[in-house]
Amino acid sequence: MTQSKNLRLFVLISVALAIISTVRLWTDQDALTSSDTIGTALRLTVPILLAGMAGLWAERCGVLNIGIEGMMIFGTWFGAWGAWQFGPWAGLLFAILGGMFGGLVHAVATVRFNIDQVISGVVINLFAYFGVRYLSELVYVGKKGGGISQSPPQKSALPKFNLPVLSGGEIAGWKSPDLLGWLESQRWFILGDLGGIARGLTHSISWATVIAIIVVPVSAWVLWRTRFGLRLRSSGESPVAAESLGIKVNRLRYYGLLISGGLAGLAGGTLSIVASSYYRQGQTAGRGFIGLATMIFGNWRPSGILTGAMLFGYAEGIKLVASDSITALFLLIASMSGAFLIYAIIRRKHSQVLVTLCAFLLSTVAYRTIDTVPESLTQSLPYVVTLIVLATATQRLRPPAMAGVPFRPGEPH
Amino acid sequence: MNQQLSSTRDFDSMRKSLNTLGSSVAAIILALVICGVLLLITGKNPLMAYGKILETGLTSEKFLEMLKRATPLIFSAIAVSIGFKMNLFNIGVEGQYLFAALIAAEMGTHVSLPAPLHVLSILIVAMVSGAAWASIAAILKITRGINEVISTIMLNYIALSFIQWIFETFFRDNSDGGLNVKTTEIAPSGRMPDLVNDRLNGMFIVALFVAFLYWVIVFRSRFGFQLRASGLNPIAARTAGIPANRMILFALLLSGAVAGLVAMPSVIGDVYAYGPSSTPTQFGFAGITVALLGRNHPFGIIVAAMLFGFLDSTSAVLQLSEIPSSIVKVIQAIIVLVVVIVNEASSRRFNRKIAEQAALTPKSLDVKP
Amino acid sequence: MQSGSVKPKLNSATDGVRVVELTNISKSFPGVIANRDISLEIDRATIHAIVGENGAGKSTLMKILYGLHQPDSGTIAINGVITQFKSPSEAMSAGIGMVHQHFMLADNLTVLENIILGSEPTKYGVLSLGDARKRVKDLATSIGVEIDLDLPISDLGVGQRQRVEILKVLFRGAEILVLDEPTAVLVPQEVDELFTNLRKLVANGTTILFISHKLDEVLSISDQITVIRQGSTVATVSPKSVDRLKLAELMVGSDLPSHGERTTKVGEKIQLSARNLTVVAKARKNPVRNVSFDIFESEIIGVAGVDGNGQFELCEALLGLVDIQGTVEIAGKDASNLNVRERLDQGMAYIPFDRHREGLMLAASLWENGLLGHESTLSRGPMIDVKAAQKSCREIIERFGVMTPSELVPAFVLSGGNQQKLVVGRNLATTPKVLIAAHPTRGIDVGAQAAVWEEIRRSRDAGMSVLLVSADLEEVLGLSDRILVMFDGEISAELDPKSATPQILGKYMTGTQ
Repeated sequence: MTQSKNLRLFVLISVALAIISTVRLWTDQDALTSSDTIGTALRLTVPILLAGMAGLWAERCGVLNIGIEGMMIFGTWFGAWGAWQFGPWAGLLFAILGGMFGGLVHAVATVRFNIDQVISGVVINLFAYFGVRYLSELVYVGKKGGGISQSPPQKSALPKFNLPVLSGGEIAGWKSPDLLGWLESQRWFILGDLGGIARGLTHSISWATVIAIIVVPVSAWVLWRTRFGLRLRSSGESPVAAESLGIKVNRLRYYGLLISGGLAGLAGGTLSIVASSYYRQGQTAGRGFIGLATMIFGNWRPSGILTGAMLFGYAEGIKLVASDSITALFLLIASMSGAFLIYAIIRRKHSQVLVTLCAFLLSTVAYRTIDTVPESLTQSLPYVVTLIVLATATQRLRPPAMAGVPFRPGEPH
Repeated sequence: MNQQLSSTRDFDSMRKSLNTLGSSVAAIILALVICGVLLLITGKNPLMAYGKILETGLTSEKFLEMLKRATPLIFSAIAVSIGFKMNLFNIGVEGQYLFAALIAAEMGTHVSLPAPLHVLSILIVAMVSGAAWASIAAILKITRGINEVISTIMLNYIALSFIQWIFETFFRDNSDGGLNVKTTEIAPSGRMPDLVNDRLNGMFIVALFVAFLYWVIVFRSRFGFQLRASGLNPIAARTAGIPANRMILFALLLSGAVAGLVAMPSVIGDVYAYGPSSTPTQFGFAGITVALLGRNHPFGIIVAAMLFGFLDSTSAVLQLSEIPSSIVKVIQAIIVLVVVIVNEASSRRFNRKIAEQAALTPKSLDVKP
Repeated sequence: MQSGSVKPKLNSATDGVRVVELTNISKSFPGVIANRDISLEIDRATIHAIVGENGAGKSTLMKILYGLHQPDSGTIAINGVITQFKSPSEAMSAGIGMVHQHFMLADNLTVLENIILGSEPTKYGVLSLGDARKRVKDLATSIGVEIDLDLPISDLGVGQRQRVEILKVLFRGAEILVLDEPTAVLVPQEVDELFTNLRKLVANGTTILFISHKLDEVLSISDQITVIRQGSTVATVSPKSVDRLKLAELMVGSDLPSHGERTTKVGEKIQLSARNLTVVAKARKNPVRNVSFDIFESEIIGVAGVDGNGQFELCEALLGLVDIQGTVEIAGKDASNLNVRERLDQGMAYIPFDRHREGLMLAASLWENGLLGHESTLSRGPMIDVKAAQKSCREIIERFGVMTPSELVPAFVLSGGNQQKLVVGRNLATTPKVLIAAHPTRGIDVGAQAAVWEEIRRSRDAGMSVLLVSADLEEVLGLSDRILVMFDGEISAELDPKSATPQILGKYMTGTQ
């Protein structure tokens, strides 16, 4: 069974790659799979991914976390402060601690005092936004390069990492060959794309990125393979049943929110330490909410969140690297939905036929008629996609059943 | 017997108001203490800071500024409260009012009507636009069951980019060679007159009027009763013949309509145009905090909005005395968090107490056979 | 008899010791005595049924055994040792497991996860899923259950969910299994399957307490039957020595309190008429099928039935809350296409099944609760007439004897009986033409019950028609002018209360006739 599953995955990826490669050659938009685009996309994926994982941990234990944005803000500020004072690694640690502080406030408010979870989240967002502004006024104003809305630049950055031989870089003075880069530059069908993607994923990668990616399998393993994870999920699925079996639901919710806050803080830290070298007001730019959107898009599963974060990161990355290649994306979407359409027709999945047909027609029309997509509209892409997913896939989404419902232990239910 | 009834009645409702008032005041004091500690830790003298706030805030000049700053907060908080009354969380006030501000400002430049009608038409367009943007969330909830918390958050961001796009593509005033970052200015007939020149705009009166209307509609009208009933127990309301979906739609439309007024003090009372940098933002979220602090009651909302307006008005002066001005915003956030927690705890305690007392009360009414 | 074929293997070492022994258990709640001097002895590896009407005290007794309630007096002995359970977990560790009527399962977790939750086999905190799977599989095989352990609970039917609950309890090492109305939610085939599993369990040495009011099932499955009536044990009998008629008599008692003859006459006019009423459900059997009846002016029609046989859906259909086929007429006018509010305005009123869920706004004041559903009459223009609403509520309070300090207190401060009186009062105060009363006296004390009955009778005498849905046979027999019995979504009989007995009713209610 797993073998046929693997085979299907392989076929799926091959078909997708072939389509991408064809579109690239057809439209002459190398940026679609250039290592530049992929590398940028990866960098942009990381904070969204971590924010999504923060949402996952909170909702899996049964608490909505609208405050991720605020916890990320704590992360950006404390991360930048720590990195400025003690270097980048300490900065990441401070970012995590800052986020955990937010998570703790949320836990105390919602678990201990049974405050409405949405209200608590909203207030934490405001508290974080103005709290760090106050701290900036205290700490950064008057420092060289700092101010009320900005920290002084950090002196050092996190080390970056290249795959030796394959993706260039330097190791102890030895200049490694860049085989993938060479492959990419040949522009061959499929192989060129593979080279670009692989190089993008392995060239000049920050260790923080590696950590962020590792969070995904580790979270999945802890949540689905350990006693702690099972009990934590049961607190989000049916706290009453869990309590009847002697599980301390509220304690687990504290843990869940601390982890959630820590991940959100780390997400903020990657923004102020990795993606740039200083804290800036508004640096999170709503990524906490994109993270929430990603969590819904990913159906409350780590792998789904990774997929969603990569999609959103890719869309953002290609916009940054080569904004004129956006129209090629329409062709890409059209081809992909066309392929899905054929698949759906063969498999006689009528509901999918309709959806993919709509997507196919829309993107085809868009490709034929639209030359440039205004920057302002593309920003809203993740949110629009999330609303569409919510509106069309309600039956297939499986949020934790009791996320958002306050729970008071020991009361009759 | 009736006398006994009415005396306990007065006693009960008075006690409830006192309990509410007492817990709110206690919470604000507690929040100030927490902030004081925060100030101390960060090396500032809290007494000096609070002294400065009082000293500067209690001048007549600042009084007007307080009312001015309270105006949009009242609109926003009432918009949020209408949703709250039905257990709907309209986080989308932000997007709704910005969308309404742009549409209303642009529309205001295209009509020519005598003064009061021109102003009125702009206000109506603002309310309709706000309601229209809110209706997206309502429709998503009614037809697809999408939680309004998520949809309004998403719609906020969608609104931001959508507004930016419309503004840049269609509505931007290009008469000045593209240097303007505003819509065309509204003609004087479409401007709301000031109450006190350049200090306080007439929109303040509109805000008070809207608060009064809110009270009448939500607490005294049949529609308001059905709204609150649907919030208190949706199943019982449905069983009693109150259509759930219609109530969701009306509540969100009404909330969006009031939200549409949030930026009007700026659009027709100050700048006379919409502009990404001149039209104030963040009032949607501030409205949530004011609604919470005011406990969704119009009177409470007005008081809370004035308290926040008062704090905001002092920030510039604090800056001068080397106290970071953002401390007022921190104080506001802490006040809300503490008030919400204290209210929750005290109302639970209060409820337990009156339940116990009711159980002990001698049977005040005869049982008929 | 079937149960005779599988004889429990008695363990000689413990033979003779009662596995559960309850002695003189009494328990009262404010206003209600739930258990009075109950004594019960249960042998190892037997199925012991406890039967009784709704409200006879079965559930309270089992909750005492499971540590959810503490008895006021009396002792519990397990395997001959007197014990006190302060909480379910203490009962659990003594080997008692309970399968609740409402399942305690997490829908999105898999079968395996639900079963092991709380006592997971682990190694350094990591789940030993292989080990767990093997143990659960063995357990399942030993009682003849086949189930896919990797499916989420939400994909399972009711019968399978119950199987999971049983496995969950067994996985914790329970030797005494308490099943609370396990067949109430099952279709006949699932009942058969369940019984097969239970017999295997007993053969493995487990003791089962089986709570039910379905007599045929009890007779077919149990080794011993204890009958409880009004909080006391009436008899413990062997299924071989009784038939269902005898058992029904023991359960209901032969003499019902007389309600007094009515002195008024049933009217001539049809006030409520249902024709071929069918409630259409998605993805399951239609819960109400082809129900037709007429209620005349000043008439009470009782609808008797075991809970879950379509009565709830019937009420919702009459009220206009669900999609229906067929027609509903109120006082001769077609109401099939009217919405709830329009039907209420036509003179319909509804006392809901569950006052907390469907009836009251607990956080709102009494007068606002009194106003609910009557907004149009207690308004002036678009405004609520607060004075009139409060006055009307005070009238309800006085007329129906609601014990409260004032009409301004929130509804949650009232006791259950007083809340119910308020709900009843709200619906009778406007003199409706037709009252649909669902369990109007469920969960309230005797005094309040008498008051509610009296009020319904008085309104009937004044011309109101009533559809009285109840599982309380005493109530149905005492109040009704005609009785309809509902079984499995259909009306299985129409009876005259003068000639009907609880035994006859019971037969139709359980579908044996």
